Amino acid sequence: MQLNSSLDRVLFGDNQFFGVNHASDEKSRAQAMRFKDDQSIIRVLDQAIDLGVRTFMCTTHDRIANICDHIRTHPDRYRYFKVLPCMPYAHKYANAVTELGIMGTINQYVPGSIFGTFAKGGMAMVQGNYSKLMQILIDAEMKMFAGIDTPVIFIQNVLVDMILGLGMYDVFRDYDDYIRKRYGAEPGYITMNMPDLVDALESVGIYNPIICSSINKAGFRMSGGIERNERYLREKTFRPIAMQVLAAGTLRPKEAFAYLAQFPRIESVLFGSSSKQHIAENIELIESTSMVAQEV
Amino acid sequence: MNTLRAAIVGLGKMGLSHAAILTAQPQVDMVAVCDTSVIVTSAFKKYGKAKVYGDFRKMLRNENLDLVVIATPTKLHYDMVRAALEHGVHVFCEKPFSLNSAEGQELVQLAESKGLVNQLGYHNHFIGTFREMKRLLENGVIGELVHFSGEAYGPVVTKEKVGTWRSKSSEGGGCLFDYASHVLNLLQEVVGRPVKINGSLLKQIYSKGVEDAVYTLLTLENGLTGTLLVNWSDETYRKMSTSLTVQGKNGKIVCDATEIKIYLKQANAAEGLEAGWTVKWITDLAIPVGYYLRGEEYSAQIEYFVANVRRQQPGTINTFEQGLYTDKVIEMIQNAA
Repeated sequence: MQLNSSLDRVLFGDNQFFGVNHASDEKSRAQAMRFKDDQSIIRVLDQAIDLGVRTFMCTTHDRIANICDHIRTHPDRYRYFKVLPCMPYAHKYANAVTELGIMGTINQYVPGSIFGTFAKGGMAMVQGNYSKLMQILIDAEMKMFAGIDTPVIFIQNVLVDMILGLGMYDVFRDYDDYIRKRYGAEPGYITMNMPDLVDALESVGIYNPIICSSINKAGFRMSGGIERNERYLREKTFRPIAMQVLAAGTLRPKEAFAYLAQFPRIESVLFGSSSKQHIAENIELIESTSMVAQEV
Repeated sequence: MNTLRAAIVGLGKMGLSHAAILTAQPQVDMVAVCDTSVIVTSAFKKYGKAKVYGDFRKMLRNENLDLVVIATPTKLHYDMVRAALEHGVHVFCEKPFSLNSAEGQELVQLAESKGLVNQLGYHNHFIGTFREMKRLLENGVIGELVHFSGEAYGPVVTKEKVGTWRSKSSEGGGCLFDYASHVLNLLQEVVGRPVKINGSLLKQIYSKGVEDAVYTLLTLENGLTGTLLVNWSDETYRKMSTSLTVQGKNGKIVCDATEIKIYLKQANAAEGLEAGWTVKWITDLAIPVGYYLRGEEYSAQIEYFVANVRRQQPGTINTFEQGLYTDKVIEMIQNAA
């Protein structure tokens, strides 16, 4: 079990497949139409692999289960392919909470319902044991990745940032321990509040964590201000992954990726695209950024 | 700067989100939370620092609060807002405001007579694109207005089943109260206040007892007419998608939470807008926030509320009075259907 193995420089994301676009609702609907069937997703994924991508970072969207099936049934094609799950797919739960309430949502998503799962203690068991509840939910989300190499397992920003805001840092500790113990994987954290999260994780003894956050020249979604974010990138010990480098597609790729070069600690860059040409261009720009970074 | 004592009642989806945002505010101490759900309050007892209450009035009596966020089901708003105001506590209340405008009116007057900060959770007003649209309309960039359309679509109720309070009209459920209220409130502040309903269709799709879609023709106080088109049973949308379109004699503006598209017949040098289409994105218009959760607007509205509490001065965005007006329009639509 090698926990501190390095990440690939390029991480390929999945927002484009599921109609997530932070700059245009209209584009997001067009994407949803284009990627209606799983084959169209697999086609783009295969193009990315041919262009050198080795890691797919994806949500636990229901349709990812089908992609995982495809990966499992073609072991030769995906021999060295890694998948980094990001859980949970938040809209699934958010819509359920609006409709069913929190208890109703847990009942719907905990396998076998809460009473079956906690047969002996029932509700009393749940109330005293949130760690166990979290473990059950993680296991349910991770089922689709069985047999696939998942060296890092992320919690999505909406959950990370909520726990962070509420100051319930011990939950991070529980998550961290469980991911290492049960999956032999490195826990990862996606956030829109990177500086605060770095401090929070350190306060519960989580050192050198993998943190994926918005890092872009425009300061978009770099909460707490771009200066503080930049200072943490220079001075703090953690393993940064840059996302939203293009500020939702509003920055030109060349200047956008060049901005990252001043932060040599950035291990990986996450991007998603559905165009073969854009994928190729982005990979080239990211790779050249890393060379500059090493010279620095 | 002295530390403000804050509390929250109602720890559902919005309540948890507000609790996280409030706790993250500098110089705000979230001293107490109140809810009746054991699974949620137990989590606060185990992991949180705030004191946990099951009784709202007891919390008000014991905690000497500066401000409270009320995120309970709509039918509880009246009693809770009233109690908080009577204790001299500044109130942020989730939308929609009240179940009937007589109760809402009473709360508006109480807040005003006490000089307390009062704000509602119509968060669209804190989205940069809609603010930009309001500003452009105020500057008259598209000339005399001829038509508007306020729309929202999303996947809230997508199959038939027994729901929660949201499926009971008497408790503030249904697409009109819960979903269309967002568009009505946005419309009234960005384009103009509706004064007349010219016909409404309230359609049930999957729900029993409440409508899932609202289609209405409205006249605004400035005489402009247009449409309200809202459907919460549309799963072709990944999440709630709200938009305003306004056509004028010199152009058109189409705006949603991510982008604002402006079409002008002639260039407008003062605004730096060319003839034809100009698109501006939220990436340039977002309101910067200290702590982010789910969207800048959720933090920005709390930051605004807290700033007004500090100044001891009621704000001008999302006031109870504005929310009351939305409640009145909802009643007008119900009566016209």
